[in-house]
Formats: sequence, structure tokens, C-alpha cells
Amino acid sequence: MEWANQLCETRQFGSKMTDSKYFTTTKKGEIFELKAELNSDKKEKKKEAVKKVIASMTVGKDVSALFPDVVNCMQTDNLELKKLVYLYLMNYAKSQPDMAIMAVNTFVKDCEDPNPLIRALAVRTMGCIRVDKITEYLCEPLRKCLKDEDPYVRKTAAVCVAKLHDINAQLVEDQGFLDTLKDLISDSNPMVVANAVAALSEIAESHPNSNLLDLNPQSINKLLTALNECTEWGQIFILDCLANYTPRDDRESQSICERVTPRLSHANSAVVLSAVKVLMKFMEMLPKDLDYYGTLLKKLAPPLVTLLSAEPELQYVALRNINLIVQKRPEILKHEMKVFFVKYNDPIYVKLEKLDIMIRLASQANIAQVLAELKEYATEVDVDFVRKAVRAIGRCAIKVEQSAERCVSTLLDLIQTKVNYVVQEAIVVIKDIFRKYPNKYESVIATLCENLDSLDEPEARAAMIWIVGEYAERIDNADELLESFLEGFHDESTQVQLQLLTAIVKLFLKKPTETQELVQQVLSLATQDSDNPDLRDRGYIYWRLLSTDPVAAKEVVLAEKPLISEETDLIEPTLLEELICHIGTLASVYHKPPSAFVEGSRGVMHKRLPARTGSGEGTESPDVVNAAVGSAPEAAPSIIPSQGDLLGDLLNLDLAPSTNTVPPPTTSGMQMGGMDFLGGGLDSLLGGDIVGSPAMGAGFGVAPAVMPASLNAPVGGGLGDLFDLGGGVGMPMGAYIPPKTVWLPAMKAKGLEISGTFARRAGVIQMELVLTNKAMSVMTDFAIQFNRNSFGLAPAGPLQVLTPLGPNQTIEVSLPLSTVGPVMKMDPLNNLQVAVKNNIDVFYFSCQYPISMLFVEDGKMERQVFLATWKDIPNDNESQFQIKDCHLNSDAASNKLQGSNIFTIAKRTVEGQDMLYMSIKLSNGIWVLAELKVQAGNPNYTISLKCRAPEVSQCVFQCYEAVLKN
Amino acid sequence: MIHSLFLVNSSGDIFLEKHWKSVVSRSVCDYFFEAQERASEPENVPPVIPTPHHYLISVLRHSIYFVAVIQSEVPPLFVIEFLHRVVDTFQDYFGVCTEAAIKDNVVVVYELLEEMLDNGFPLATESNILKELIKPPTILRTVVNTITGSTNVGEQLPTGQLSVVPWRRTGVKYTNNEAYFDVVEEIDAIIDKSGSTITAEIQGVIDACVKLTGMPDLTLSFMNPRLLDDVSFHPCVRFKRWEAERILSFIPPDGNFRLLSYHVSSQNLHPLRSTSLVAIPVYVKHNITFREGSSQGRFELTLGPKQTMGKGVEAVLVSSQLPRGVLNTNLNPTQGTYTFDPVTKLLSWDVGKINPQKLPSLKGSMSLQAGASKPDENPTINIQFKIQQSALSGLKVNRLDMYGEKYKPFKGIKYMTKAGKFQVRT
Repeated sequence: MEWANQLCETRQFGSKMTDSKYFTTTKKGEIFELKAELNSDKKEKKKEAVKKVIASMTVGKDVSALFPDVVNCMQTDNLELKKLVYLYLMNYAKSQPDMAIMAVNTFVKDCEDPNPLIRALAVRTMGCIRVDKITEYLCEPLRKCLKDEDPYVRKTAAVCVAKLHDINAQLVEDQGFLDTLKDLISDSNPMVVANAVAALSEIAESHPNSNLLDLNPQSINKLLTALNECTEWGQIFILDCLANYTPRDDRESQSICERVTPRLSHANSAVVLSAVKVLMKFMEMLPKDLDYYGTLLKKLAPPLVTLLSAEPELQYVALRNINLIVQKRPEILKHEMKVFFVKYNDPIYVKLEKLDIMIRLASQANIAQVLAELKEYATEVDVDFVRKAVRAIGRCAIKVEQSAERCVSTLLDLIQTKVNYVVQEAIVVIKDIFRKYPNKYESVIATLCENLDSLDEPEARAAMIWIVGEYAERIDNADELLESFLEGFHDESTQVQLQLLTAIVKLFLKKPTETQELVQQVLSLATQDSDNPDLRDRGYIYWRLLSTDPVAAKEVVLAEKPLISEETDLIEPTLLEELICHIGTLASVYHKPPSAFVEGSRGVMHKRLPARTGSGEGTESPDVVNAAVGSAPEAAPSIIPSQGDLLGDLLNLDLAPSTNTVPPPTTSGMQMGGMDFLGGGLDSLLGGDIVGSPAMGAGFGVAPAVMPASLNAPVGGGLGDLFDLGGGVGMPMGAYIPPKTVWLPAMKAKGLEISGTFARRAGVIQMELVLTNKAMSVMTDFAIQFNRNSFGLAPAGPLQVLTPLGPNQTIEVSLPLSTVGPVMKMDPLNNLQVAVKNNIDVFYFSCQYPISMLFVEDGKMERQVFLATWKDIPNDNESQFQIKDCHLNSDAASNKLQGSNIFTIAKRTVEGQDMLYMSIKLSNGIWVLAELKVQAGNPNYTISLKCRAPEVSQCVFQCYEAVLKN
Repeated sequence: MIHSLFLVNSSGDIFLEKHWKSVVSRSVCDYFFEAQERASEPENVPPVIPTPHHYLISVLRHSIYFVAVIQSEVPPLFVIEFLHRVVDTFQDYFGVCTEAAIKDNVVVVYELLEEMLDNGFPLATESNILKELIKPPTILRTVVNTITGSTNVGEQLPTGQLSVVPWRRTGVKYTNNEAYFDVVEEIDAIIDKSGSTITAEIQGVIDACVKLTGMPDLTLSFMNPRLLDDVSFHPCVRFKRWEAERILSFIPPDGNFRLLSYHVSSQNLHPLRSTSLVAIPVYVKHNITFREGSSQGRFELTLGPKQTMGKGVEAVLVSSQLPRGVLNTNLNPTQGTYTFDPVTKLLSWDVGKINPQKLPSLKGSMSLQAGASKPDENPTINIQFKIQQSALSGLKVNRLDMYGEKYKPFKGIKYMTKAGKFQVRT
């Protein structure tokens, strides 16, 4: 607080009229003086003293010692003094909870004050005091204020519920405040409605599965009415809330859009962007041939352009969102290229974003203009920006084929400038152009080679080496060029070393006679003198390839490379769809799903664009289910949206009849960089025999047909753990995996102890084993076999214990299982007899697997089929079980079960009792249908299972129990 | 919602903090300071900064960073808009928004912030309402308060808070009833080397100063409303009426406010608008050259009026960031004064008014570092100017009518064109 003291010094001579005089309290010893002033009889002196206290507080000075004295000033008629004391209370009550109790009486009294301003102020302040003891006293006044005759008090009280929920969620639920809050959505005053929506949204964020904002056409109508009359901030809350609604049909969608479009003309940019979000989402449901669809598209462009004339911070957020919008619907802004041209005094963060969007909008029609601009940018001062501009030229070449030639010549012009970083950047992008259009622009290689010496950045050097290696047969002195790099081999970065190694091997394969010496040199440099395992391994691989089978080496090293595509930088469509639903939020700024980074929201709902549906279709099928179970027809069934885990999303999205216009995911290695380093292990996790795997194949670059088990088994376990870890944060609804148990004690197996469990990960059944050597000698030569069993489980590959297992060593192995082995009914049904062999002996044990790992991912039955099947299965096959002590609500239960591939098909509520209808499909094609009854407040569930093979019911029930209780 | 606010001055000191929920330690700002250090210019600090537990969203105005701390998913534009509103409010209350002004009025600032947000939700942000809740400080009022012991906090619920016209208080009374409207257009343009226009667009606003008694209901109509198809309105404007009749109908807030802002772009596919492309009011002839191996560069610049509809171009100010290699300049202006800062390399020439008969020019030489190679970058020329009594887009107000009150107000309308970001590349 150095400056504050200084300020005091200077201020003492200055004006005494300003608040800065209050800073004098920061001097030592003056706390006592203040104390005396606070207890003064003179009102004015008191007020001045409180002001001084507040002033100290604002600059972070600790004045908590004055708590009792300040609180004593609270009982006053002077509103300003009261407010000041309240300010103080909010700041310090937490540190002095016992003292804060002293204030309660005044609060309660103020909540009864005839002046609505004071009532509101009291309830508002009480909510800000984060002390448990105070919150208890808050309930009664809050309840009154929520029903106050004055809307100003009601709207303040609505926010107070959110505050209280933040402090003590249970209390809010117990006291029924949530229901009162829901009622406020129908309040006559738009400001109250807006605040109720805001409060509910905030509460819902920490309760992703609660049906707090239960939107239906009636409540939507109320919101739309309030939208026109409430404040700009209220409009943002309401629009964001509307965006969560899924209209029943295209007509409803259109009518909402029509009522939202006027918001595009609002002066507040946040209102505009929230409106854009609603429109972008609901548009998805409109038929494209509808006139209104075209009108709407046209209406979206001007407000987006206008956002770009606002302050730079607003521009930045707008640009990040526009980036998403142009990927989803490029037609909206295709004529607006010019507004993204960079002004030289734009802040750098705006410049870079504009550049990105320019490339996205680049097309044959405007490429000339774009290139001229980019060339201009390449002469600017800011190095980062210049680099990005040069890169952008390369991206244009790759995106717009017709322009490639022009881009290359522009790049050559830039290389001629000899500006070092421009040259290097240009060479990096020319490499990409070569890859996109092989054998087309090699004539420029000579020019590139001239600049060889000036390259000092690894990326540029690596690019140049790649070019030389790739076109070694056309460059006469390729060997000399590469040799020159070799001199300082150990000083190069890994990137360059790797590239150099590959390039020289390429050169050797192309001109074997004169380069033998060179290749030997590089191989020995890479394998013998380097500590880098990547480099060494690559060196060894080449060495072996070259020494054993040069033809194979040629096939491997000189293999045709996959073309790089223009869309490598596009956001993956699933993510894009989700982000479109989050326009205007932080997620849209970071282009990451909210689940990836928002703290405190346990399990964020994945939002999706609605599918374009014909009207009425969605409403009839639940009725069928209704009739099927013979219930009262007036109980409107609500269908649970699928809120599956990450994998579920990947699969669902592709299976859903979504009509998105984004091109299918590309098969580029670049985009999937993150996947690459997880390597084969991830493939094994995601591959397997899931239905819909073609979709995933497309998403993950190389189609992960079932990997040779030899490759994936050893990594599987470790990666599985990784995946699990992710499961804790990102996908809370993972499949249930029982804890590991000891299957084979060491005593029975000459020192080998085996424990394990079973898991189903991404459609692959895995037996996860932990082998421990408790003997004194080394164990080797492990193998595993299963006896015939009920579901034909068999190892899909050998047991991968590659290294000998030393004494006291433990190894974790994950063994993928198939269900195509020989079948024999076991007792119990899920019993599995296993034989494990090692160099010492063969050991036998048996274990039981949870049948849930046989539940396949496509076990979601069509509603009609469900209905028919349920009727079709004789009643004798129905068995009923009780699940005791389960404290989940029906939605949470349904979510949890879905993680284990138990799919909820319909939900219906009768007299406070939720009935969930679920389907399960076993790997051998057996269907199990279930009806789960959940009564609010009753921890005992009743479950009825129907199946054509009633033997499995017992096992299925066990799984329900295991999943729900874990 | 918005959790906390920190105000940071240009030397990186936090001089005010305000928390609307639990207290967030000011150490969270360290992430901001890191970003600030990385940024080459103060305005290059990214507006959204992630930290492990929070997000920092900041705006820079009047050399003060307003750093908001948020913890959950909140629309960033909402936060930025709110921060700008805070700055506007401070400016409105204290005349200027500087560190000194904020410190001088720290208690009022605190009261204002408390009133503007509740638990992170905006509460009262309309200046009309705030002023009823918390009286702006004036020397006179402070003196009076000190003597009489009265307060600067309103005792009554602000009348506008919950009415259907929350932007206007009731019981407004004036002896002179007047309504003034300013149509101000800023032209943003990029002109390339050869003098052709790369982009040009107009950002227009209509600012109003309305001091009318009672609850007047105004309508404002235009001669050529078709110009306005990309508009943002003050909440008081009745949107339906505009959609149907292209007339602005509204009950105005009391005092100063922005009635609407609009955007006219140079490229418009609208068939009816093809004639009204954005006219460029001034042209620049320039010749800035460096020769390889020479330690001298030439600098020549001439300005002239282009399409100004007969109005004079005034308050012309030319500025340009010369390449780093330029040591000094030796230039002669035919009018006005020029300065060159050898440290920042900023050249600025205060031209004044352009006389079409005798065009202003600035000519001379630049001295470069001896032996250095010629600079890579080409300087961009920034031009500011004003044209009174003219709106470049041609927008014209037809008439203003008042309903709902009996008296006859005094009405006035003024037009002005200004350069926004008007840049000429060389």
C-alpha cells in the first residue's frame, strides 16, 4: 500500500472534498481513532468514519478489527450509512461469523420495512453473507420476499436464491425455493422473469441433470413475451435459456426465430450474439427450401459485420464466434470478405483472428483480392503477424486449387525480399504445397536451394531437408546439400535430425551407388551417437530394413504419402455442432467443448443441434409406450435426451439423421496429432466390433480395423487407465468396472498371483489382469486359455507378457476378448474357467464376469419395437427384483446405466413415481427389456426384467445393482 | 456470473478491487500481469485469459485495465459489455475516468459497483436509474452534505426500475424543452498504394440530447430510410414500428443517449443501394522511397478533397509510423505543423483545413542509418478529418414529431462526418 501512503501525503495539502482523504486510515494506530469515531454520537462523524473504513477495504487493507463497531452503526434510518455498513458486512462476515450473527436481527427487521428498497437491500445483502448461521435465518425472510407485492423485491429475491444455493444447495432444495423460483418464470413482471431465468440457469449449471429449466411451449411463450420487455441483460439470460430448448417441429422453430430476430438489432453485442446462437441452432430444423430460411440467412450477416466495428475486445470474441459460424454456414458471410481485412492498428489478437477467417472465406471468386491483402500483410512490422500471413498464403494454395500457381509465385516474390523470417516461413508452406500438388511446382526448388544457408529455424530447415530428400532424383547435388547439414548433426534439433535421417535414406534408395557412405554415416550418427530414443529407433528400423530387404525398404520409405487436404484446420464436425450450441460462451472463444474446461460443473450436458424433423413425429411414439404399459394417457411422457459419454456422442452423432452441411472428417494425420501420440493403444480402445465403427474410422484417420492384438495388448492396460482418468473428469458416465479381485492366490500357483477384473471399453471386452511373481525365480512364457463358456468368450490374442517377470515384479496386462469362442452353458451363467501357463506349470482358476460387459453399444431399441417385444415375451419370463438403498434420482440412474450400455428408451411419471423403460442387447443377440420404478424419496427401486432367455435375468439384475451402487 | 473486478493501472498496480461473491485473492491477477508483460503494446493484451481456476476478461480504456474475474461459463461479451458500461458510468459521474478520479471518489465508485451488480447479475446499469440511486458528486453537493448531514444516496425506489420504460424517470421537468440530434458518421477505409479503395464502410450513430418535460413520445422519420438496413437501436425504439413503417418511434430517456447506430458498407448487393457506395472524401498522393545503399529517403505527401458534396474538409491530421531505420526527417509543410519523434518514429502533421485551391503538401527527405539496408516495411498513413454539416452516406432526417405532451419543444439536428480508421498504404 505504498502508493496509498504517498497519496495521503500529497492529498493532505490538496482538496479535502474528495474521498481520498479517507485513505489516511491506513496509517498505523489510526484503527483506534476510527474506533472512537465509529462510536461517536454524531451521525455525521459516524458516516465519515464508515466511509474511511470502506475506503481502506477497497484497497485491500484489513479493517476487520472494527467489525463490532461498524455493525453497531447498522441500525440507522440513513440509507447511505446502511448501505455502507452492508458493504462492510459482506466483506468481513466470513472472517467473523460469530459477530455477524449480531446483524441478523436488523436484517430480519429490514425485510419487513415498508420501503421496498430497504426490503430488497436487506435480502440482497443477507444472501451475500456467506456464513452458515446467517443463512439459516435467511430462509423465512427470503420466502416472504419471493412473494412480495413489489416486483423489485421479487427480482432481488430471485437472485438471492442462486446465492443461497451456492452456499448451501441442500437447504435451498429442502426449503422448496427451487419451485418458487420456477413459479417466478410466469411472473407478470418481465424483469422478475429474467432474473428467475438467470438464477435457475446458474443453479442448473451445477446440477446438469436436474430438470430445473423444464421448458415447454407455454413457458417458452412466456419467455418470449418477457424478452421484449426486460432489460438488455435479462434478454441475454432469456436468449441463452431459449437456446437450450428443442422445438417440437419446424413450425414452432420458425415462430421462435421470428420472435428472436428483432434482437439482432440490439445495441448490446452480447444480446446480438445470444440471438445469433438461438437462430443458428433453430435454423437447423427449418427445411432449406423454405423461403423463411433464406430470409433468415440474409438477416444474420449485417449484425455479425456490425460487431466488428465495436471495441477490439468485443471484436475478438465476435471473431472467434464468426470463425465457428463460417465453418458451419459459410454462405452467411461469403460476400463480406472485406470486413475482415486487417487494419494496421488493430491489436494483434484481432489481426490473427481476422486472418484465420479470411482463409476460411477464401474461394475462387475472391482469391485474387485475398492474396493481394496477404502479400501486403507480409510486409508489416509485427513478426508474428507476418509469419501467419505467409502461412495463410500457403493455406490458400491448398484450399483453392486454381489459385495454387498464383500463391506459389507470391511466395517466390516474398522469398526474393530476403527478409529472413519471411523466407523461412515461405519454405515451410511451400513444402505443404508440394505435398498437396506433387510433381507440379518442382521448378522452384532451385530458388529454394539458394536460401539454404539463411535458414536457422528448425521447422524451416526440416522443411527444406524434406524437399531435398523427396526430390533427390531431380536435384543434382542433393547429396552435397544433405551432407552439408550432416556436419553439425548433433547441434540440430530432433525435428531436423529425424528429417535428415529420412531424407538421406530416401536419397540412398533413389541413388544407391554414390551415397552409400553418406547413409552409413547418418545411420551411425543416429543409432550410436544419439541419446534420443526416437532418433535411435528410427535409425535402427531403417538400418534393418535396408540390410534385410531393400525392396521392402523402398516400399516403406518411398511410399505414396496421403495427400494433405485443404480442410485440415477445420474443427471436427461433432465438436463444431456442439460449439454452435455454445455461441457466445467461453467455449466458443476457446473452441473447446465446455466439459473440457469449465470448473465446477459436474458433468456438463453435451448440447447438440436439433435434427430436422417432420412435424408430429416426435410426439406419437411415446404415446405408444404409454398405451403399452396401460397407464393413464394424460401423464405426458417425456423422452430423456441421450446424454451419453464421449463415445456415445461419437457414435450417436453419426447415426443420428443429422443433416449437417459440413464435409465429412478428413483423413489427415495432421489434424489427429493428438490421437497419433496415443498410438495403437487408442485404436484398440476405440476399434473393435462396435457398430458404427466406419464412422469412427473416418473420424480417426486410419480406420482402426481390429488391431493385431500383439500390438495393442501391452499398452491397453496403461492406456485404459489413462482413459479412466479422463473418465473421471470428462465423461462421468463411463461403464461400470468391478474392482479387481484375486483370482489365483500365489499359494496355489507356485508363487504366481493373478488378480483381475473385466471391463468393456469402447466396445471391446477386456480382461484386465495383474500378474505378480511372488516366487524367487523369474517367470516367462506366459499363455492363457479359456474353457468353453456360456457366451463364447475367448482371448482375441495371446497374453502379452513380453519381458520375463522377475521376483517381486508385477505386471498389468489387458487381454482383449472376443465372443466367438465355443459355447457351453455354465453354472452360474457368468462363470469362466481359465488356464494360465508359464515356464513353471499350468494353473487353473475360475472367475465370474459381470454380464454388463456383454452389453453392446447398439442396444437401444426403437420404441415401437420395444413395445411389440415387451408384449410378445410371455409374462412367465418376467422376473422382478428389488434394488435397495439406491439414492439416485431417475435421471442420474438412467445416465449411469447408459454408461454400461443399458439404454433408457422412455420415461414416464405417474403419481411421483418415475418409470424408466430400458433395453439391453447382449453380445450374442439376446435382448433384455427392463422397467425400472423409481419413487422420489424411496431408496428402494423395483425392477422387472423380461427376456426370451430368462436365465440371464438374475445376472442382469446383479449388474443393475452393481452399476447403480457404484 | 461476474465474480470480482480489479482495476489495474498502466504500471501494473491494482488500485481497486471489488468482489460480488466470495473474495478472490488478487494474486489471480498475476496471470494478467504475465500476459501484459508478453504483449508488445498495452492494447495487445488478450481480452480473455484462462487461469487454472478462473477466467480473466479485461478491457483497456483510458489507460486502465478493467479486469473481471469469472469462475463459471459466462458469455464473455456480456462481461465486456458490462465493463464498458462501468467505464461509461464512471465517466458520466466523474467527468473523466482516470485513476485519480476513481481514487478521489472511491466510496461512490464502490457504491456504484455494488448497485450495478448483485451476485454478479446486472442490477441497475442505466445511467438514469443510477443517478437516482446515487447522486453524482459535485463540489457543491459535497459541501452541502457536510453542512446539512444529508446524503447522496436516494431514499426512494427509482421510478424507472420496474416501469415499462425503465430508461426514463417520471416527473421530469424543464423550463426550456429541447431535443437535439447529432448524426455522426465515421468512415473506415483502407486505400491501397495506387489510390484505389480496398474497403470503405461507414459507422454512423445518432446521438441525442433530449430535455423534455413529462413523458414525450417522439417519432423521427428519414428522407431515405432504406440506407439503414444494418442498425442497432437503443431499447427505447419500437422495433415493430420500424419494421413496418421505417419510422423511429420512442419515449426517450432523459438527457444524453445514443438513439441508434448503423453500418453502411461499400459493397452491397442490394439493388436499390448500388448507387450509394461509400464516397471517399479525401485523396492522398504520396511518394515515400528508400534507395538501396543510400542513407537518404524521399518523402512526399499531398492531400486533396475528393467527394465532399461541397463541404470543407477540416481538422485534418496525418500520422504515420515510419520504419525503424529512419533516424530523422527534414520536411517542409506548405501549411500546418509537423513533428517527428525519433524514438517512437511517429510522424504527425497537423494540417488543419484543406484549401482546394492550394493543396497542402509535406515534402522533404528522411535520413537513415548509414550503411543499413533499406527498410523492409512500408509505412501506412493514417488520416483524421472532419466534415461539418454533412453525412457521407447521405442520410437525412425528414422530421421529428412529439406526441403525448402539449408544449412545443425546440428541435435541432446536426450532421457531421469524421474519419474513423482511415488508412492509406504506401
